[in-house]
Amino acid sequence: MIPAAFEYYRPKDMAGVLSLLEQHGDDARVMAGGHSLIPMMKLRMAEVPHLIDLQDVGGMSDIDIDADSIRIGAMVTQADIIDHADLADVAPILREAALQIADPQVRYMGTVGGNVANGDPGNDMPGLMQCLDAQFTLVGSGGERSVRARAFYEAAYMTAREDDEVLTAVKIPLPEGGYAYEKQKRKIGDYATAAAAVQIVNDGGTCAAASIAMTNLSDTPIYSEAAGAALVGTSVDDAAIKTAVAAMLGDIDPSEDNRGPVAFKKHVAGVILRRTIERAWSRA
Amino acid sequence: MSKKMHIKLKVNGKDEEFLAEPRELLIYTLRERLNITGPHIGCDTSHCGACTVTINGKSVKSCTMFVAQADGGDITTIEGIGGPDDLHPLQEAFKEHHGLQCGFCTPGMITRAAKLLEENPNPTEEEIRFGMAGNICRCTGYQNIVKSIQAAAAEMNAAKEAAE
Ligand SMILES: Cc1cc2nc3c(=O)[nH]c(=O)nc-3n(C[C@H](O)[C@H](O)[C@H](O)COP(=O)(O)OP(=O)(O)OC[C@H]3O[C@@H](n4cnc5c(N)ncnc54)[C@H](O)[C@@H]3O)c2cc1C
Ligand code: FES
Ligand code: FES
Repeated sequence: MIPAAFEYYRPKDMAGVLSLLEQHGDDARVMAGGHSLIPMMKLRMAEVPHLIDLQDVGGMSDIDIDADSIRIGAMVTQADIIDHADLADVAPILREAALQIADPQVRYMGTVGGNVANGDPGNDMPGLMQCLDAQFTLVGSGGERSVRARAFYEAAYMTAREDDEVLTAVKIPLPEGGYAYEKQKRKIGDYATAAAAVQIVNDGGTCAAASIAMTNLSDTPIYSEAAGAALVGTSVDDAAIKTAVAAMLGDIDPSEDNRGPVAFKKHVAGVILRRTIERAWSRA
Repeated sequence: MSKKMHIKLKVNGKDEEFLAEPRELLIYTLRERLNITGPHIGCDTSHCGACTVTINGKSVKSCTMFVAQADGGDITTIEGIGGPDDLHPLQEAFKEHHGLQCGFCTPGMITRAAKLLEENPNPTEEEIRFGMAGNICRCTGYQNIVKSIQAAAAEMNAAKEAAE
């Protein structure tokens, strides 16, 4: 499969990227690892007359951890996340999720920025970032702004990012308590049939806070505030988990596809969320 | 057609320079332009790993990289890992332990396994299965691939110890 022809650019700095985006508008797209974009271009589902490769831009490959937050540059790869010991200490859910994305070859190339900016409901990091209440840093000709992951996703492939903006970093408040990322997939390298991200705080046997987000069960990731709220104040017993699962099922809106009919997806979503809550709580 | 680009690559230690359209996929560059036919095209959709090469220290599916992206890169294919007269311990072990049947997946398997052993010289069976998950084999059922990689690891570690 050969994609349609394009002009290729490899600017050395962000100013170069922004001026190309301004010049070519809709006809230009940035590329990070290319492992979502290139398959789409090969299938001719994406046409990109002007392709701007970000690999030489610099300044977007660092992971910085300070007293209360983590900053992950957009070009940090899934493999980088897996290999970063300090990151695994302060936010182990990131590593647990990254290990469940695709396969080793894809993880060397696939970036955090590409994964969250792509807008494919199958991507694992958007839901994860909603669970962690991350903020995305966007840079455009008008300057820099920050958008919460929970407000970023509008529909499949539609996000709050403007065409002339580049996502440069993800900022995450240091997560607290127990964590788990669970994903049901048909085989290695597959996108989720259902996946859940949970962070939960245990205060002497009572749940003090819980954050829950679901992947590939709607045309956007779903942060289920109601599901988290259903656990707070409980001992995370069976009844509380049932209430949380019911609340989550009220928030998702899966559609039938080659991963199964709607009823099956809802069933799997329930099983996965229960499993994720139980594991996160056991670590809290 | 878009403008051709001046591309420079190092492939298996040799410098290559040519003009190519940026959309050319690295697997075609290797196979059709440079006549390096070890890396295979199994799926052309980023799933099978038959096209795996090492570029700048990463295992990459070369059907999912534009030659323009690879420009300036340092690439190793199965041809750079070992040849008929100087088999790499992995090649020796695949031969010895029936790590292949038809052989179609083997160049990608061994190229990936070489990188895996570089990162983790003493992997458990589980780590091998996890680290090789991007490579599909339609023949062997994987058991003998795992055995071959374990045998090669033992051989390479013994050789390293003997040298120390
Ligand atoms: C076989 C296979 C299996 C996979 N399985 C999974 C999986 O299970 N889970 C999962 O989450 N993903 C999966 N992926 C996708 C993979 O993780 C992608 O690499 C990732 O989604 C996108 O990252 P990228 O760096 O490759 O982005 P690219 O492909 O380069 O870009 C993707 C999109 O984001 C845009 N973009 C990229 N970077 C930026 C930026 N900094 N600012 C603004 N826009 C940007 C691009 O313009 C493009 O539209 C799989 C991919 C393959 C090939
Ligand atoms: S041919 Fe590249 S992954 Fe199958
Ligand atoms: S040996 Fe035939 S595909 Fe692996």
